[in-house]
Amino acid sequence: MIRDITLGQYYPGGSAVHRLDARTKIIATLLYIIELFVVNNFYGFLIAAAALFAVIAVSKVPLKFIFRGLTAVFLIIAFTFLLNLFMVDGRVLWHWKFLTITYEGLMRAFFMAVRLVLLIIGSSILTLTTKPIELTDGLEKLLKPFSKIGLPSHEIALMMTIALRFIPTLMEETDKIIKAQQARGADFESGNIIQRGKNLIPILVPLFVSSFRIAQDLALAMEARCYRGGSGRTRMNEIHFRRGDAVAAVLMVLFLAGIIASRFI
Amino acid sequence: MPISVKNLRYVYSPGMPDETVAISDVSFDVADGEILGVIGHTGSGKSTLLQHLNGLIKPTSGEIYIDGQCITDGKVKMTDIRRKVGLVFQYPEYQLFEETVRLDVAFGPKNLGMDEEEREKRVRHAVELVGLDYDEIKDMSPFELSGGMKRRVAIAGVIAMDPKILILDEPTAGLDPSAHRDILAMVRRIHDEMGIILIFVSHNMADIASLSDKVIVMNEGNIALSGTPAEVFSQGEKLAEMGLGLPPAKEIADLIKSKAPKFESSALTADETAADIRRYLEENRG
Repeated sequence: MIRDITLGQYYPGGSAVHRLDARTKIIATLLYIIELFVVNNFYGFLIAAAALFAVIAVSKVPLKFIFRGLTAVFLIIAFTFLLNLFMVDGRVLWHWKFLTITYEGLMRAFFMAVRLVLLIIGSSILTLTTKPIELTDGLEKLLKPFSKIGLPSHEIALMMTIALRFIPTLMEETDKIIKAQQARGADFESGNIIQRGKNLIPILVPLFVSSFRIAQDLALAMEARCYRGGSGRTRMNEIHFRRGDAVAAVLMVLFLAGIIASRFI
Repeated sequence: MPISVKNLRYVYSPGMPDETVAISDVSFDVADGEILGVIGHTGSGKSTLLQHLNGLIKPTSGEIYIDGQCITDGKVKMTDIRRKVGLVFQYPEYQLFEETVRLDVAFGPKNLGMDEEEREKRVRHAVELVGLDYDEIKDMSPFELSGGMKRRVAIAGVIAMDPKILILDEPTAGLDPSAHRDILAMVRRIHDEMGIILIFVSHNMADIASLSDKVIVMNEGNIALSGTPAEVFSQGEKLAEMGLGLPPAKEIADLIKSKAPKFESSALTADETAADIRRYLEENRG
């Protein structure tokens, strides 16, 4: 159950997408997300989806793997769909008591759902094809210019690295604690909301204690290896833009142009 | 309450790129009152196997019978299994969460729906069985206790559920030698007093040899060897291939045998080896 969350997971591979500079991928993903909000009709989504599936095909990440991550956020998508479906005014298609479905509502609901799905798949491609360490390196480099105005770019990147690094550890820890308490007869599946909330205490308290213990060990291990912040720190693997990144940039510009053009169809 | 495991198989995330066979085909039986030792290196499927025994994991295929009742056909109530089969995880002290020792140990019995009076009795008995003074520690926070004491309290939390089968996953991991000895003696005492089936995992071959009636050796999701400790530990080469060793006392006896062909010993524990050496020296004096 808890293992099935693929959000933020890395899928090992050596495809052209994997080899791109992390900075290229971060910027491309950001542009892609912005463009999803620029789109005002289904033609735009068609272009976006075509581009997205082309990238997925090149990356060689199995579709099954990508969609498994989607199931975790299915509820959010369903909720957005329903909200839009019933809340938009317009030509009435169906009416029952206080529930009304309009033509505009139906279109809007589909529009939003498609946008969300494309958004989630698109951003998961970034993490699926980029090692967490590359991702944070790229982010640190991108944020570097802002350190002149006092933004602690190295610290932000380090915090992200640590957070990403410990997601699987904490998941495993949670899984273990849940099982240990289940073995003691704890029941997490029945009762009303308040009862269920209370049932979480036997998981949350040990999880907090573990997190502090892990954090303390990590801090000690970092200090033992003379970590003292970002200033003057060099990297073992410098990241460089390559020819592939130039190709990606050109494709990105074409994509951008296509999306903007789609607004006028 | 005998256990019978038949053709158990378990596959992690089937159909996904990270699909792994944790247990491929495992069958074994445990008779009433037996102590079963389980060995195998990390990732051999030991922990996964143990978690099947109280229904925390559902097998991909195969059956498990406890006291003749099939627990894998989906018809049994989970609380019934958990009442019968107590499972103590590795580093059980990390599962403590209550404000006082008394409340923490009572968590299991409370989940089983025991009444206040029965609960108090069980909790006191369990804490005393693990060798702690109940009146002294019952109102202390479990987080104030020492490492060894925390582990005892956590084990008491499972014993208080009055299981008929007790499973311990590496009960002595990460303890200093004296706490290690104490926990081992405690495990033995719990078994003898409660008259239960005891299953325990350990990387310490000396513990396995001194405690168990029967041993199974897990390797890559299968049972590679099984039998009495003497039978299993007579296969030193096979064990070495799997990255496992022999009890130190057995190693010493084998070493002496290789230098002194007339020395005979089937000893597995330090005391037995010492007795065999003494006898050998007396017989061959002069």
